[in-house]
Amino acid sequence: MGDHLFEFLLRQGDNTLILSHRISEWCGHAPIIEEDIALANIALDLLGQTQMWLGLAAEVEGAGRSADDLAMLRDAWDFRNSILVERPNGDFGQTMMRQFLFDAYHVELLNKLVNSADERIAAIAAKSLKEVEYHVERSASTVIALGDGSEESHARMQAALDDQWTFAGELFETDAGDHALNDAGIAPLPSSLRVGFEVRAMAVLGDATLIIPETTFAHSGGRSGKRHSEHLGHLLTQMQWLQRAYPGATW
Amino acid sequence: MVKSPDIDTVWQWLDQVPDPEIPVISLVDLGIVRDVAYQGDRLRITLSPTYSGCPATRVIEEDVRTAMRDHGIEQVIINQQISPPWTTDWMSDKGKAKLQDYGIAPPSAKGQPEACPICGAGAVSLVSQFGSTPCKAHWRCEECRESFDYFKCI
Repeated sequence: MGDHLFEFLLRQGDNTLILSHRISEWCGHAPIIEEDIALANIALDLLGQTQMWLGLAAEVEGAGRSADDLAMLRDAWDFRNSILVERPNGDFGQTMMRQFLFDAYHVELLNKLVNSADERIAAIAAKSLKEVEYHVERSASTVIALGDGSEESHARMQAALDDQWTFAGELFETDAGDHALNDAGIAPLPSSLRVGFEVRAMAVLGDATLIIPETTFAHSGGRSGKRHSEHLGHLLTQMQWLQRAYPGATW
Repeated sequence: MVKSPDIDTVWQWLDQVPDPEIPVISLVDLGIVRDVAYQGDRLRITLSPTYSGCPATRVIEEDVRTAMRDHGIEQVIINQQISPPWTTDWMSDKGKAKLQDYGIAPPSAKGQPEACPICGAGAVSLVSQFGSTPCKAHWRCEECRESFDYFKCI
């Protein structure tokens, strides 16, 4: 169970860490200052959540590593985030579409984790949920505003959805470890979150006048660590370079 | 050896420590000081972070240590507690009034500002759910046309 729990915590912490890093790349570059500030704030929330998830992962592992060690000293094959969150930002519309797809999943997950049999997980989920409810409110309203906006913004949002839909499926991938955690009342089966996600996605994307692709294909390999995209390594070289170049550097 | 101060006195001292980002209110007003107790002969202060990624969390810890040191207490255990999660319901009425005077609309059960903190008009509209810090949203007054921060409910 210990291994499954560690793997589960890495998946949570790596999703929030990698997405946080991606969003933070917009800092100083967003189309308008309000969006710049919002993106930076959301990146900060996700980074705070990462500290809690990877902090607990390090504790569960019991190998003397810290949350910082896990974030800064692992290489790509040890990361367990879904491919969706490591993909490059693209244009602002692609960033917001990715954010909405992740937020819609995230809020479903946290709503279940607040009842986890593991009190530490329930506490992190309860803290995170308050923040993520604001994330999904904003990403949904932005997706609607841009999808149901000008001809140009609509076309870009449809392209973003077409591009990213097949990466959302991995969030609901379920393996033997997930079953073990579900049996122990610690975490829900990812596959069980799909219905709630789709109800929200259909409502929001419908209001955004966007059409969900018909394909059921889903890219896979991030949450198992077997096959990340080539983008993760590039992201890590930027995120980790300081600790790699100056090991043990602190403020 | 200095005599250990009683718990109420420590609370009063903590009520003098300003929030680093909104210095008109104290850490006690903000509701992030959850408990003050002696653990053996050491003082233990329990804090709850507002937002999980709030960059002020570390500064607040340091400010609390400094304030206690100023009152002659060297040995302080700071305990960060995330459960139950911090909520704006823990903010004091005194703190809410000070926010209002400072130009930040205090959290309201309505889920939006009661009125413009600058001119008092009721017609206000949302600019962005994320303002100058994670805990605030960005609103605008439809009367005086000024934009202002709203301390959002969590």
